[in-house]
Amino acid sequence: MTSAAQGAPGAPDSGTTALPGARVLLESGDIHRALTRIAHELLEANKGPHDLILLGIPTRGVPLAQRLARRIADADGAEVPTGSLDVTMYRDDLRRHPTRTLLPTELPPGGLDDRIVVLVDDVLYSGRTIRAALDAVSDLGRPRAVRLAVLVDRGHRELPIRADHVGKNLPTSSAERVSVLLAETDGRDAVLLSSPATGGAA
Amino acid sequence: MSRHLLSAADLDHAAAVHVLDVAEEMAATQRREIKKLPTLRGRTVVNLFFEDSTRTRTSFEAAAKRLSADVINFSAKGSSVSKGESLKDTALTLQAMGADAVVIRHPASGAPHRLARAGWTRGSVVNAGDGTHEHPTQALLDAFTIRRHLRADGAPTGSGTAAGPGSATGRDLDGLRVTIVGDVLHSRVARSNVLLLHTLGAHVTLVAPPTLLPVGIGGWPCEVSHDLDGALRDGAPDAVMMLRVQRERMSTAGGGFFPSAREYSRRYGLSAARLRLLPEHTIVMHPGPMNRGLEISADAADSPRSTIVEQVGNGVAVRMAVLYLLLAGDLGGRA
Repeated sequence: MTSAAQGAPGAPDSGTTALPGARVLLESGDIHRALTRIAHELLEANKGPHDLILLGIPTRGVPLAQRLARRIADADGAEVPTGSLDVTMYRDDLRRHPTRTLLPTELPPGGLDDRIVVLVDDVLYSGRTIRAALDAVSDLGRPRAVRLAVLVDRGHRELPIRADHVGKNLPTSSAERVSVLLAETDGRDAVLLSSPATGGAA
Repeated sequence: MSRHLLSAADLDHAAAVHVLDVAEEMAATQRREIKKLPTLRGRTVVNLFFEDSTRTRTSFEAAAKRLSADVINFSAKGSSVSKGESLKDTALTLQAMGADAVVIRHPASGAPHRLARAGWTRGSVVNAGDGTHEHPTQALLDAFTIRRHLRADGAPTGSGTAAGPGSATGRDLDGLRVTIVGDVLHSRVARSNVLLLHTLGAHVTLVAPPTLLPVGIGGWPCEVSHDLDGALRDGAPDAVMMLRVQRERMSTAGGGFFPSAREYSRRYGLSAARLRLLPEHTIVMHPGPMNRGLEISADAADSPRSTIVEQVGNGVAVRMAVLYLLLAGDLGGRA
């Protein structure tokens, strides 16, 4: 999903390119293990795959949700439906940025009513994306519960939001930039950290 | 997209495709149970209509409301305009009310340009039809309709199901043949469509009696014909767009532009017989309101090829996209 010149339309802190001088925080194998653990945690917390729906937040949340569904299938043999949830039109910072590209919202057949919806995103930062996602979910149906799984939690929350399942907690400075790269969107798996001195302004 | 939408020529190829793509996502939200989005909450959109209009005004109103903007409808009838207030004073009044966007329809060609350029309003100006000049959102919804029918991959999609026919996303109208028939002289729809469809790569043919073609048509990026049967049979169009005969802009029945309604209908109306000349996939379009029996027969208007009702629904999605792109960005937008 290539977006317009404005950069990544999803999480504001997921860069599209590997910056020179960036430090690798997670390798491909680390990401694989983190997702496998989250998949097992999801099954454990939910006492099985019943009623689970994985909704990825574009751009990189969508392939992450699909990978989690495959791990759940590997572990439990169950097919968990996945979808995507574009939150652009629910953001509270639309007036402060150039217009963002809209990406598709695709729900599994049957909708969200009375299901356990797991929101999946790459980076949890201010929490504003998830706030927007919760609003979007409530317009689409009434799930029995909404949970949050993220690959990276980098702190600096601006809203009372926390993740239920975290791949890796990465304490960072807000001046630093965390970039999640995935094979599906960027050609390789990695989580990179660049600081303004080495990587240029975010 | 710049700050205003005054002409279909304001959009280059990339911008036009982008508007259609955004409209596709907007259309997807309109298939949900809850159609309202919070996107433009706190913004004010003024519908400033100096000319009668039902579908364009309600379409803009629905689009703005679905995006949670506040809508003020201002029509010339029963307003201070009928007491002689000028466009400038009306605009300044609306500015004082804090309009973020002004959607204007005016009988004078160029009125939206004047409003946008004169500095009377700080908001974005959207041209909803000015005189015989332009009607860019109509052209966008026509292009959107054509793209959905003729550029979506796989089976032709009539109804939007689940994910919808989003497979047209990112595509233009390269190589499609569109024939626009009728009163081009008085039609802002025709001018905007010729400009936009040409930008998107379509071949446009205008068919009209010589009296209903404007001066300077030679400079338009399209072909011109006076023979409808020939254009339909030999041109093999992918879409046929019938224009309304604008009797209100003509003095008497035919206004001297054609001898009689009956003769016009016989030579330039889309009859059942002409409908049969068309290739199987061709769609029939009309911007509405229709003069049934004059430019379009009931057979054509009610045939399964007709997209006329669908065009109205697409109008809301396209206008949501335009308002979103003009208003959601940073204050003032990218000029």
